[in-house]
Amino acid sequence: MNTVVCMKQVPDTETLIKVAGAGIVTDGIKWVMSSFDEFAVEEALQQKEKMKAGAVTIVSLGPDRAIEAIRTGLAMGADNAVHINDAGYYEKADPYATAAVLAAAIKGLQYDCVFLGKQAIDDDSGQVPAMVAEQLGIPVVTQVLKLEVAADKSKATVTREVEGGQAVVEVALPAVFSAQKGLNEPRYASLPGIMKAKKKPVDVKTAADLGITAGPATVVKEMSLPPARQAGKIIAGDDAAAKAAALAKALHDEVKII
Amino acid sequence: MPGTLIYAEVQKGEIKKGSLEITSKAKGFGGEVSVCIIGSGVEALAPELAKYGADKIYVVDAPDYENYVTEAYVQAFAQVAEQVKPSVVLASATAQGKDLTPAIAARLNTGAISDCVDLTKNGDKLVAKRPMYAGKAYAMVEAAADPQVISVRPNSFAAAETAGAGAVEKVAVSLDASKIKVVVKSLELAQSDEPDQTEAEIIVSGGRGMKGPENFKMLEDLAKLFGPTATTGASRAAVDAGWRGHAYQVGQTGKTVSPNLYIACGISGAIQHMAGMGTSKVIVAINKDAEAPIFTKADYGVVDDLFNVVPALINEIKKIKG
Repeated sequence: MNTVVCMKQVPDTETLIKVAGAGIVTDGIKWVMSSFDEFAVEEALQQKEKMKAGAVTIVSLGPDRAIEAIRTGLAMGADNAVHINDAGYYEKADPYATAAVLAAAIKGLQYDCVFLGKQAIDDDSGQVPAMVAEQLGIPVVTQVLKLEVAADKSKATVTREVEGGQAVVEVALPAVFSAQKGLNEPRYASLPGIMKAKKKPVDVKTAADLGITAGPATVVKEMSLPPARQAGKIIAGDDAAAKAAALAKALHDEVKII
Repeated sequence: MPGTLIYAEVQKGEIKKGSLEITSKAKGFGGEVSVCIIGSGVEALAPELAKYGADKIYVVDAPDYENYVTEAYVQAFAQVAEQVKPSVVLASATAQGKDLTPAIAARLNTGAISDCVDLTKNGDKLVAKRPMYAGKAYAMVEAAADPQVISVRPNSFAAAETAGAGAVEKVAVSLDASKIKVVVKSLELAQSDEPDQTEAEIIVSGGRGMKGPENFKMLEDLAKLFGPTATTGASRAAVDAGWRGHAYQVGQTGKTVSPNLYIACGISGAIQHMAGMGTSKVIVAINKDAEAPIFTKADYGVVDDLFNVVPALINEIKKIKG
């Protein structure tokens, strides 16, 4: 089974975001693989291991630094990668432009399944899976919690998260899947894996190489920070019961919620 | 301003509140407000949409749409959009809305702006305010393509009654069945009526300090006292420990919420968690560690053992409610 994983390098979740104009201050940021993409990589590896055949290809749009996250995926066990290393395109890319260039790269590859995280944890848009599927002309199943591929690779049975529960759907392959937390436990890269990753092939392309010239469909005009929250009051009381009573009174009298 | 076309989501035979919120918001844009409602047996819901400002209601009502399938709904919505030619397309950023919106945008060969919390008019354009990095920052985003497809986070606007013309048109959509490659085999929905965390007005949330899955029962009991708009949540630590399902997780890599009241029990307040609930109107923190970072953001802090405070709080609220 051949799979493609679309992966994005993003700031670590511990990052304190600072804004500048229409972007963020990137100095001092620790860049990592977006956490939902880790589930996507892991699922591709597990499916390949189950089928005992095929290759896992990582496709990522990002500047030079993105190679580190790509190598992490290769160290986990992916076989090869396409790095769309195009800082100019990347800086302006919205989900529409990102999907266009990812789909163009995927079109040149062999695949039964395309995996992505359900959203990148930087822009939190969650649009790229559906947009890649549209460009490829194949179905998409989002928020995947469990995936079983038929032995003949003609279809997959998928459990996906829906509001208030889960749905089981059957989808014809090839298809695009977006990974939700709970799909699997991503493995850590082993030391031999890290050594091997250095020698795995990474095909470097620009958006123009892939025939993509169209720009983004949405533009960020300005970034800002949320208003800082101030510490409020600590409820005083002799014991837990007294504090609970004072809190209940405040919720009733001040917040007016009870 | 040219017209808006809204996707109205139906759940359990009712139009979701988020869809009504964006309908009444769109009324303020000045152009015609059209709403598209898709499902099986949904025609009777049209008058409800008119009450919240819908001028025109396009009803796609057929057994084919009994279960939500992305491709079928995209085809239906795209055919209505073809007829309406809206300048703006709005949907509520529910689980279904998040699945549908980018697929609609892709079909209409345009971009989308996800999960916005505010919309302001700028000539014929909308400027959308949306959180990024799970709420650590906000972006003001404008569409550069047409139509402008935008999903709006529930609870961002009031669902205000404002009468629209309410003309109903039934649309017979011709589905291309060959493109529908997903079949729903089964649906397993929780029996409880508690709202999704992203739509709840009150969330009682538990973290590492809860010590185990069995103790979340008291948070559920507390939430129930606040009525049907309340639900429970959990920190990443509690979810990773296996005490609660991921659907409950609040914070970066979980859900970003903005309720009127967020009660954090045994949650220290890591940056990833604060990002996901920092815009809550009122935050209450109950934690025995006075140094916990959550107290620097909480409107009301109780420094004590939650296992003593929460049961006492339940009793006090019962007393107040009589």
